[in-house]
Amino acid sequence: MTKPMTIAEKILAAHAGLDYVEPGQLVQVNVDIALGNDITAPIAIKIFRQTGIQKVFDAQRIALVSDHFVPNKDIKSAEQAKMLRDFAREHGIVHHYDGGESGVEHALLPEKGIVLPGDVVIGADSHTCTYGALGAFATGVGSTDLAATMITGKTWFKVPESIKFIYNGRLRPWVTGKDLILYTIGKIGVDGALYQAMEFCGPVIDGLPMADRFTMANMAIEAGGKVGLFNPDEKTIEYAKARAKRPFTVYKSDENASYAQVMEFNAEDIEPQVAFPHLPENTRPISQVGDVPLDQVVIGSCTNGRIEDLAVAAQILKGRRVAKGLRLIILPATPTIYAQAMELGYLKTFLEAGAVIGPPTCGPCLGGHMGILAKGERALATTNRNFVGRMGHPESEVYLASPAVAAASAVLGKIAGPDSL
Amino acid sequence: MNIKGKAWKFGENIDTDLIIPARYLNTSDPAELAKHCMEDADPEFVKKLSVGDIIVAGKNFGCGSSREHAPIALKAAGIGCVIAPTFARIFYRNAFNMGLPIFESKEASEDIAEGDLVEIHPSTGEIRNLTKGRTYKAQPIPPFMQELIQDGGLIAHILKTLK
Repeated sequence: MTKPMTIAEKILAAHAGLDYVEPGQLVQVNVDIALGNDITAPIAIKIFRQTGIQKVFDAQRIALVSDHFVPNKDIKSAEQAKMLRDFAREHGIVHHYDGGESGVEHALLPEKGIVLPGDVVIGADSHTCTYGALGAFATGVGSTDLAATMITGKTWFKVPESIKFIYNGRLRPWVTGKDLILYTIGKIGVDGALYQAMEFCGPVIDGLPMADRFTMANMAIEAGGKVGLFNPDEKTIEYAKARAKRPFTVYKSDENASYAQVMEFNAEDIEPQVAFPHLPENTRPISQVGDVPLDQVVIGSCTNGRIEDLAVAAQILKGRRVAKGLRLIILPATPTIYAQAMELGYLKTFLEAGAVIGPPTCGPCLGGHMGILAKGERALATTNRNFVGRMGHPESEVYLASPAVAAASAVLGKIAGPDSL
Repeated sequence: MNIKGKAWKFGENIDTDLIIPARYLNTSDPAELAKHCMEDADPEFVKKLSVGDIIVAGKNFGCGSSREHAPIALKAAGIGCVIAPTFARIFYRNAFNMGLPIFESKEASEDIAEGDLVEIHPSTGEIRNLTKGRTYKAQPIPPFMQELIQDGGLIAHILKTLK
């Protein structure tokens, strides 16, 4: 009889070739997918070239996605995307996405079945933890770690302790995965899960669609977490099977696995949430937001740019107009999502409401381009960070919320939930 | 070799957007990044800094994005090391991989004042406040990390092991 383990421990043990691992143990693991983008991969590529090594460990297992400053916003960013293109051609990288094939990496990779349950994924992007929704041990690293993995196919980890978050009860109307994770970060703080694995469980989680799970896993890093994990269930397996082009293994936490902490929440206590500037932990329930007029609303990103997010926005915006003087920017996260939104009539709804529809890009989320804020301006976004200067001028402000709150706020010109319409 | 410099204090949860704003990430040139280091927290910071100076900050330093540009910018700006009670985990990894020394000490973080002259012994984790005449202890750097640093960072370490 083997000792009980959490899903995080099981995946790491399997990839380290061990029967058992425990928190604190250092392990070297095989990496299934290594990811870089147009900001982080250029450094990794430079390092790779400096080493004089001729071949990547596996051209099938590296993903290079130009998504942050695309369509290229200036000459320097064009040079960065070109580095990825040249490197991909040189090394026959299969999963290189650029131009009309590209999308926001953490929406694109699961959609294409590139990342799968049971994988170890490292990405030179902090929101790589998104794939935890699939039951993959996926975490952000720097470009040097990415370069090292591109050479060796391996990386090292300290096995993290796990915290179990249990959500009981039933969700209130308009409460989504975004609200659950904002609420959780509000409770534990931006370092509440520092160095640790977050594991999301309970009846509410069992009922959550994959899109909401991706949203929650995406923001594990905003609590300092190493990974944000969901134990795969029928929904996960159905999602992965429909997309997978290689076999995958499902790992689940043992019932008697040990946790550093177990936290229980009652969903009935959770209203739609808004994170106030300048940290994701500054959350307030929608009923206590007060009067916060807005200049801009952004719906999109690796957190909330999926078709389900656009569906909610379309439902609210249908037959309504964006408030005079407010700019609503909608960025479908991938070309497939864009096409679905077109077929389902959402794009027409958005245009009729007065929204600007942009291409799949990270763009304004990180203050890159396509929706930068002027001094003193205030935006509400479905993104994941509201740090100082995150979307533009250091004296601008970003508030974080769900697509439902974002759409309602765009109509009303100030932060509000759909019930205020 | 000891690290010795004047302390510059920052608060809790200093994020990577403050260390190097994303609007400058269309380059990875260290000298270019160094010019904008901590700009949104203090626009004059880089001008006031002397090479070898030390950042002393509150908990969760380096939270946010995985951008390696953050430790690169700090190192290229001349920062000798960063002291904080805790670091965000990706920043922690990146700092070691880049060769930017960092030390975890709640005591030092709380007691050191801006402008204090501080000396750190990386091999023992001992932090000496020369202005106040006090000594603090940082968490020791684990042996495999010391090996990584001795080899000159992660890439040099890999090249050595591949030979």
